[in-house]
Amino acid sequence: MLVTGAARQLGGRFVRRVQRDPDVERVIAVDAVEPGHELGDALFVRADIRRPAIARVLAEHAVDTVVHLDVSGFALGAQARTAVKETNVIGTMQLLGACQKAPAVRRLVVKSSTGVYGSAPRDPAVFHETTPPKSLPGGGFAKDAAEVEGYVRGFARRRPDVAVCVLRFANILGPGADSPLADYLSLPVLPTVLGYDPRLQFVHEDDVMDVLSIAAGEPRRGTLNSGTFNIAGDGVLLLSQCARRLGRPTVPMLLPAVTWVGQALRAVGMTDFSPEQIRLLTHGRVVSTVQMRETLGFVPKYSTGETFADFARSRTPGLLPPDTVGRAVDRVAAAVPRIAGTDGDTHPTPSAR
Amino acid sequence: MADAKVIPFDDDRSRPGGLPRAARRRPPVGGTASVSALPGQADAPPGPEEPREGPGDGERGAWDRRIAGGLAFLRRRVTGEYDVDEFGYDEELTDQVLMSLLRPVYEKYFRVEVKGVENIPAEGGALIVSNHSGTLPLDGLMLQVAVHDHHPAGRHLRLLAADLVFMLPVVNELARKAGHTLACAEDAERLLRKGEVVGVMPEGFKGIGKPFGERYKLQRFGRGGFVSTALKAGVPIVPCSIVGAEEIYPMIGNSKTLARLLGFPYFPLTPTFPWLGPLGAVPLPTKWTIQFGEPIPTDGYPLEAAEDPMLMFNLTDQVREQIQHTLYKLLVQRRSVFF
Repeated sequence: MLVTGAARQLGGRFVRRVQRDPDVERVIAVDAVEPGHELGDALFVRADIRRPAIARVLAEHAVDTVVHLDVSGFALGAQARTAVKETNVIGTMQLLGACQKAPAVRRLVVKSSTGVYGSAPRDPAVFHETTPPKSLPGGGFAKDAAEVEGYVRGFARRRPDVAVCVLRFANILGPGADSPLADYLSLPVLPTVLGYDPRLQFVHEDDVMDVLSIAAGEPRRGTLNSGTFNIAGDGVLLLSQCARRLGRPTVPMLLPAVTWVGQALRAVGMTDFSPEQIRLLTHGRVVSTVQMRETLGFVPKYSTGETFADFARSRTPGLLPPDTVGRAVDRVAAAVPRIAGTDGDTHPTPSAR
Repeated sequence: MADAKVIPFDDDRSRPGGLPRAARRRPPVGGTASVSALPGQADAPPGPEEPREGPGDGERGAWDRRIAGGLAFLRRRVTGEYDVDEFGYDEELTDQVLMSLLRPVYEKYFRVEVKGVENIPAEGGALIVSNHSGTLPLDGLMLQVAVHDHHPAGRHLRLLAADLVFMLPVVNELARKAGHTLACAEDAERLLRKGEVVGVMPEGFKGIGKPFGERYKLQRFGRGGFVSTALKAGVPIVPCSIVGAEEIYPMIGNSKTLARLLGFPYFPLTPTFPWLGPLGAVPLPTKWTIQFGEPIPTDGYPLEAAEDPMLMFNLTDQVREQIQHTLYKLLVQRRSVFF
């Protein structure tokens, strides 16, 4: 099995995890930079997937399964955005070209994003795998992902013998998450778009690992693991809810102001506040996970709410921790019966509800 | 520090009924919290001893309950511990806040009279098809209150709204929280399959933005997409006629230039708006009647019927005729626009 993007946190975790799978003989981890984390017994090959050299790696090790995780929305270290885009698009093209020439390849798993649906007010509330986007992503990671998926579809046509699985992940969150959204949610004060409360869906890192293993292995009885699947936890959280659960105050701003603040924060390097990120935080995005459950046979362990709770626990509490705020309300509640029901001895105050 | 003041104070009051509540609502409090509201509460309660009033006892109990309920609600809101569905519908907020805000308008201002609410099935999906009028979509909101307050099974209406609603800031946020979603076949079908009561106004902007002279004349019902959606989901169509909404903003003119400039489908000119400024935007206090008609079943058709354009046109016409007919009947019965 060959895993790209091993230097990233998610790729590294998957490499470590997949070694424990008895069906997996050997894991080859590939990335352009040396990973900062442990990769276990996996063989790390430092190769840039943007170069044709990747074909040699595939042939040399007679790889049968390729897990392409090097499709990412943010830079690793000091990479520039153009380099990320090149890795996403050119890298995928090279990798797919190499796969096409490697007869041993039987299975391809590609990490994509629900970003390919875009976010627009004229979209249906819930996206299915087949919903065409109303407004095609204009740039950034969503466009990369859409292009990557296009190349993958072309590859699937040319190599019908390869099982191709495209996993469109919702926002990946968890204690170790490093993504623009996680950075955003870690800001002390959350700038939001005035008059919009987007619906968000999250998927837990652990669930990402589980679903990648399912997609990379042989399909279980009654399931099919080739095709395109939305991967997200159950339920929906509004951004305002997220902020309250994190205890971080929000600053609603007019849409243009949010764009400026985003650019400023980006310039300082605090967060990668890209235009597509702003669109997500304006209109939100919810996907249907029926295919994931019924065809892929995967049931996430964490719901959106639980994923978020796990993420919130891993971060320092905000300026208004929910406990404190809740306690403040309780104090008011404790004071109220005294005012409202001073003659409590004669008639017991009915308990709430 | 201040916690210590509050807890014993509650304890030595020895109120049999008060204690469990205090205990229930207060998890063991640890640490010191610096909440500004705290010191005031700690010393305020012992001071003002309210005079005992004999007759107010029952009333006071009700008030206590309401306050306690309100605080429990507030606590859930500030900590974010509430649920919304995939459409962003916040049932708790709708029931407790949004409906309470609309109810005075519904009961006192428009004095809405509801007929035939039992035509909405008590369970399972249903598609309510209504006429649309009034320049601003107040009729949709009143329809929602009518179903919410009068239906014996306490059903919630999920309205399908135009895309303009979801482009406007604030409006889109409130609309989503109130359970509205975009009027598209995907969303409607999803809601109907979930067994929700869905409300749709197929006239759209043609109906709501028509001049005053054409009041109560139903416009074209789009392409009848709502019928095929109902057919696919196998839910009954409940025709609904709303009388009174046409006269709230008598639209005597339409400034096309301003509309184009602002990106709206029409810009109404009424006898008061925009001449009187914000005051002109106050709707006229007309008397409303909302009549739900006999449901039209759609489950008897074969699967491919939803693709048959002739059947769609026929069913659309049937629904349209029924609404128009009821409108005329209600208009004949109406004594005056305002009473």
